[in-house]
Amino acid sequence: MWQFFHKLGSPKWFYGIAARLMPWLLVLGLLCLGAGLVWGLAFAPKDYLQGNSYRIIFIHVPSAFLAQSVYIMMASAAVVTLVWRMKLADVFVKAAAPVGLVLTFISLFTGAVWGKPTWGTWWIWDARLTSMLILLFLYGGVIALDRAINDEKSAARAVAILVLVGVVNIPIIKYSVDWWNTLHQPATFKLTEKPSMPAEMWVPLLLSVIGLYLLFGWLACLRMQTEILIREQRTRWVQDLFHVNGGAR
Amino acid sequence: MMIKPLDQAVGSIDAMKAVFARDMKVAFRQRQDLLNPLLFFMMVVTLFPLGVSPEISFLQEAGAGILWVAALLSVLLSLDHLFRHDFDDGTLEQLVLQPQPLFLLVLAKTMAHWVLTGLPLVLLTPVLGVMVHLDGNSIAILCLTLLIGTPVLSLIGAIGAALTLGLRSAGVLLSLLIIPLYIPVLIFGTGTVAAAAEGAPVGAYLALLGAFLVLALTLAPFASAAALKVSLSNS
Repeated sequence: MWQFFHKLGSPKWFYGIAARLMPWLLVLGLLCLGAGLVWGLAFAPKDYLQGNSYRIIFIHVPSAFLAQSVYIMMASAAVVTLVWRMKLADVFVKAAAPVGLVLTFISLFTGAVWGKPTWGTWWIWDARLTSMLILLFLYGGVIALDRAINDEKSAARAVAILVLVGVVNIPIIKYSVDWWNTLHQPATFKLTEKPSMPAEMWVPLLLSVIGLYLLFGWLACLRMQTEILIREQRTRWVQDLFHVNGGAR
Repeated sequence: MMIKPLDQAVGSIDAMKAVFARDMKVAFRQRQDLLNPLLFFMMVVTLFPLGVSPEISFLQEAGAGILWVAALLSVLLSLDHLFRHDFDDGTLEQLVLQPQPLFLLVLAKTMAHWVLTGLPLVLLTPVLGVMVHLDGNSIAILCLTLLIGTPVLSLIGAIGAALTLGLRSAGVLLSLLIIPLYIPVLIFGTGTVAAAAEGAPVGAYLALLGAFLVLALTLAPFASAAALKVSLSNS
């Protein structure tokens, strides 16, 4: 266990593992997401109330789902950064934050597109929407802080502190906005309470969620590899990898 | 102003008192810095009747929110000063080197910051509340929410101020980092006044604001202290 933990701290070791893992993640992810989307968008039965417009759920829910869990993953990595000073954890936070930002944006955007035919409005200050918007801001703050600090180690620890402070805030945001909302208007639209869906609907949905998770894994590996190469560009193994000065020696 | 060296024999509470007293003394030697957030507060509140609508009905409805947002913004504006001068003249490094736990000293500094900015805002609120036509009961509740809420703003803001210390364009970055964290406080602060206006009981809201305060008091100084150490090692 501890040896594994120790190895996980080595960028070189991770680089190799990621390279072996990535094709699997990519192929399986594309298969799952492709199957889920094709099934969901083309073959799943129509919703009796919303007709075809509900089909955006197959994009909306996976991205919203992942947007939140990416933040939680980043928070776990932030703990590792602060406690064990593990380089890879910080590389993960840096690699995942922009992906999380984009996923949050996708879920907000698809939510707006879905909201127009269903609720009759692009945007509503509903609990869910507002908390996702705050999540978008949190991601933005993490990225901005990371870009602003030049020193790599300081940036890693500062960003880790910010991510952790943000995660304390996430349940607070969720519940506070819930209560705040009930005061002004009853929650007419709840995305959390799923209607009892038939299997032809939830199976493709589950497939898309799993597929997006796998694709996120692939993308995170790719971005982490890039970041590792940038950081370790002066080390021997990276130069060997690209045969820099290889011929001369 | 140099800080007196605190040796090991000095208790943590005494050290906190010393830091607090010093911050007060420094602040009162630069009185303009104390006035600026208050002037900003009043100006922002003035913008709403002029920019949106001077109708009494609108102001009565939106007044509490306007005052809360304005207070939030002026606390945000004042945060840049929290550690900046001490950082520039090296006092902060001396604080970090003290044998007493840094988070306690940061807590003392944050408390001084609240007494110098948050508390004056609360005291000014009744005047501005009358100007936006809030009734007496709403003003009292509003002052109470600000009294509980502004220390939370200072405590959370200290984390952001510590994180952005010594960075380029720290002011804008500070706002980006901190505003999302302020949103729950704002929601409950204005929610309390809205509930009071509807005649609903406000005990639960105040209790939750109090919970925020306790949470921020216990956790935020640790985060600020950790962030300060990072920023100092960075410079």
